[in-house]
Amino acid sequence: MPQHTTLSSPSRRGLLSAAALGGMGLLAGRARADTFDFHVPGGPSTRPMTTTYPEKGRMIVQRTRPPWLETPFDVFDTGVFTPNDQHFVSWHWATFPTHVDTGSFALKVHGLVERPQALSLRELIYDLPRFEIAAVSQCAGNSRLYAQPRVAGAQWANGSMSNALYAGVRLKDVLDRAGVKGGATHVQFGGLDEPMLPDAPKFVKALDIDHARDGEVMLAFAMNGQQLPMLNGFPLKLIVPGWSAVYWIKMLDDIEVTDHPDPSVWTTRSYRVPDTPNHTVEPGQKGFGMVPITRNLPRSFVTNLKPGDSVPVGAPQPVRGIAFGGDRGVAAVDLSLDGGRTWQPTTLGRDEGTYSFRQWQATISLPARGAHTVMARCTNADRVVQPMRRVWNPGGYMSNQVETLDLVAA
Amino acid sequence: MSRSLRTALLAGLLAGSAPALAAAPLELRPTPEVDLPFGDDIGFPAGPGSDVIASNCTACHSADHTLNQPALSREEWHAVVDKMITAYKAPITPEDARVIVDYLARVKGEP
Ligand code: HEC
Repeated sequence: MPQHTTLSSPSRRGLLSAAALGGMGLLAGRARADTFDFHVPGGPSTRPMTTTYPEKGRMIVQRTRPPWLETPFDVFDTGVFTPNDQHFVSWHWATFPTHVDTGSFALKVHGLVERPQALSLRELIYDLPRFEIAAVSQCAGNSRLYAQPRVAGAQWANGSMSNALYAGVRLKDVLDRAGVKGGATHVQFGGLDEPMLPDAPKFVKALDIDHARDGEVMLAFAMNGQQLPMLNGFPLKLIVPGWSAVYWIKMLDDIEVTDHPDPSVWTTRSYRVPDTPNHTVEPGQKGFGMVPITRNLPRSFVTNLKPGDSVPVGAPQPVRGIAFGGDRGVAAVDLSLDGGRTWQPTTLGRDEGTYSFRQWQATISLPARGAHTVMARCTNADRVVQPMRRVWNPGGYMSNQVETLDLVAA
Repeated sequence: MSRSLRTALLAGLLAGSAPALAAAPLELRPTPEVDLPFGDDIGFPAGPGSDVIASNCTACHSADHTLNQPALSREEWHAVVDKMITAYKAPITPEDARVIVDYLARVKGEP
């Protein structure tokens, strides 16, 4: 079998960097060990920590090549915007370049268009209106590690999600410049990563034409005020606010307007979920339909306390966390201390936009010594509520049940 | 054009034309040159079939990808290997596929 040598060739050296190591100081003391233990039964539960990936700070290595780097969960307590150097990383094929010539880079727009385009970065930056949006990027398989029973796939804990303020141009403006022809129904996106073996399928995803032109789907050349880290898709990334990160094509260089849905295995065979409520089935269950993964669902997490933490009995205890509403904004985050029988509201933090993380906080008091649980539940602006029942499907996708945090009052 | 010149050019492009950016203007600094790790230092534990899995299952992803998987049943391992062949076009013979499933069921353990 051919062994690719691209990754160690000298041409892959030399990275531009915008990495600010700013947020790192807060974490350095805590995560100094070289391994991280998720304490999950049923398979290997430790992973190496790394600081050696270009433009990346301390990350959890879920896979070396192509990189799957998970954001350590402590990062989410430091603010709603994930620092670029700790934004999670996920690639499908290892052939993406680590150096892009910004002078000759061209974004091709072709297919069912009046005027096919080859847009330079300069044209994208100068000639089109600037657009900004905050959005959570979440892998469809975020939290797969916690599936019961366990399933194959990237064994992400809760850190294959990150939030950023993106700057760039609207996809709509790029499509208008090319002039979409009548009869167009879909837009397909590809990046600079090519399959490892000649017959293997190129990684592409598609959106339907109305979604592509909704004025929110965008092409980002900056995140959090910096150019994108190479591993997060430099120089250009498709941002599909509210939708699963599988659609957020990195190193985007190819936009094709078509008259058919995405035929690739990445939509017809993988990245699919049962069409049942909460995409949930019983292990071994048969006879349900499968649909492509699309939008994100509401989720919420406690970020200032860890499982097993001890808190003083009867004393006011601040509880704080993050939530996102999926494809709608966060309407409410509620807490339950009695296993979901009763819920109390939390105070929401500053609204950074529909698709952003939103911070929330509350003060609780645990009345008696011993074990307690805290549940956090997000309701989005469409009144979609996180389910109490565990989400399970064969691919380990779209997990979003209410999280339960075990605490001890002492 | 040299790398640093291109860096400076893009820095200029982004910083000069970014009044709408909420965050501070871009300041690009070259990083030390770094290679991405290949993961060839991570091997499959030695035993019957380890050479077969090593030669069939590391072209597209490093071995830690497979080793980090949970314990799965033989049927599930069979489905994984079949997906590699049919969806992602891994060139694996049926004999090798059988050896790999045996290896994984033994080394990874069944649930
Ligand atoms: C032709 C390239 C290729 C080869 C060779 C290959 N894989 Fe994969 N493998 C992939 C891709 C692509 C994915 C999907 C990852 C993603 O979604 O990004 C994958 C995913 C997986 C997964 C996760 C389960 C899933 O359904 O995504 C496992 C486990 C796995 N591979 C094991 C193996 C084993 C064992 C072998 C050897 C029999 C192997 N792979 C050979 C390309 C390959």
